[in-house]
Parts: sequence; C-alpha cells; structure tokens
Amino acid sequence: MSPIAFALVAAIAIASAIGLLVKKNPIHGALFLVVNLGCVAVFYLGLGAEFLAVAQVIVYAGAIMVLFVFAIMVLIPGKEETGPDPRVRWRVAALPFGALLFAQLIMILGARRGAPTAAPAAPVPGGVEAIGRLLFTDYLLPFELTSVLLLAAMVGVLLLARRRA
Amino acid sequence: MSLHGYLTLGALVFAIGLFGVVTRRNAVGMLLGIELMLNAVNINLVAFSRFHADLGGIVFSLFTIAITVAEVALGLAIVIVIFRVRKTIEADRLDLLRG
Repeated sequence: MSPIAFALVAAIAIASAIGLLVKKNPIHGALFLVVNLGCVAVFYLGLGAEFLAVAQVIVYAGAIMVLFVFAIMVLIPGKEETGPDPRVRWRVAALPFGALLFAQLIMILGARRGAPTAAPAAPVPGGVEAIGRLLFTDYLLPFELTSVLLLAAMVGVLLLARRRA
Repeated sequence: MSLHGYLTLGALVFAIGLFGVVTRRNAVGMLLGIELMLNAVNINLVAFSRFHADLGGIVFSLFTIAITVAEVALGLAIVIVIFRVRKTIEADRLDLLRG
C-alpha cells in the first residue's frame, strides 16, 4: 500500500472514529462506524487479505450494523440522555488519560527493536483457498468451538428477547 | 507502508474507542466504542500476519469477527431487556447494585 493511499485512508478512519465520539445521536455514531469499518476493509485489501476484507464488509458493515440500527430504533432515548450532562467534568478528565494511553502505546512501539521494517516481497496469498485449507486443518478445533459459541449466543439472545424471560 | 504505520494507526483507533466506551452515556454508544477497539486489534493482527508472512493472523482475526457477532447480539439483547425493565439505557442511571 503506497504511503499516500495509507495516509488518506488513515485520515478518513481517524476522522470517522472521532466523529463517533463527538456525535450525541447514536444513529450518527453507527453511520460513522460504517465509514470506519469500510476504511479498515481497505487496509485489509492493502495488506493482501482479500477474503477478510470481503468478510469485513459483509459481516461487519452489513449484518452487525443492521443489528445496531435496529436496536437504536427500538430504544427511545429518555430526557436524561438529551439533557445537560451532570458528570461532564469527569468525562473531560478522561481526555488526558486517553492521550496518556496512546502515548504509552507509541512508546512501547518505539522500544521494540528487531521488528521487520519492510514487508516480504511476495505476500502470502490471503485468498479463500489458503485460508480455507488452514481453517479445516490446523484451526479445525477453534473453528468448531466458534460454531458452538455462535449457537450458544443464538439461544441466549432468543431467551433474553422473549416477552416473559 | 511500514509495520509501524499500521501499529500506530491501530493504537490511535484503540485509544479513541476506549475513550468512547468510558465517556458515552448511552449503552449502545458504549457498544459502538467496543466495536472500534476490536477493529483496531484486527488491524494489528492482519498487519503482523502480512509482515511476518504467516496466515495465522488472518485466521485469528476471522475468529475475532465471528466472536464479535456473538458479543454484539448478546450485548444489544441485554440492552433491550434493560430498557424494557428500567425504561432507560443511560449507563449512569443503571446503578441498582450500588452499595
């Protein structure tokens, strides 16, 4: 991925992440998150993970965001959410701590030596065939466990969403 | 683009997401922040996978996406149940267990 393209997409990703923070309306936040997820899919494409990029768009930007928008429409915000914030000082105080966390992460990155600075010339094929082969050989047990987890989540959601739980 | 570029971007998005989780008043907004954090982690995994020429990172982020689906479905179901019982989803007012 060329540095100019990276900088452009990174700027959009960071701007949409900040937009998610400052917008009070959760539906605006959800739409900003869609933009952010699209940028992440572009990064996956640039890193040679085509299958993951497509899965990101279908599962995240498609299914998960529909779920979010549905939930936001069902939930009617009360007066206390639109009114003035009684704890605004605490929230402002979180800003320097967040900046501190970011600075720490950057310092850890700077302290690491021996990391590869350039990508290998020929990328490992990240297509469907290579990933499918890996999923059904080396990662077969985690794959099956994930299906059990999804089944458990489905049963749990049905139980929670019933009228009389 | 170097590995550090991707890791720095991941760190920045993670920090923004964590800030969102801590400061949002709306429970759904907090879940949106969690999504942001999970995506930042996925960027790191895929970047490491590319720069170390190992497909394991891509497979791992595939699992992360699947588990995120379960997390979002359960989280939103819990939020809807809370709304049904308490008529609010403002996180500061959900202090039933406060001592």
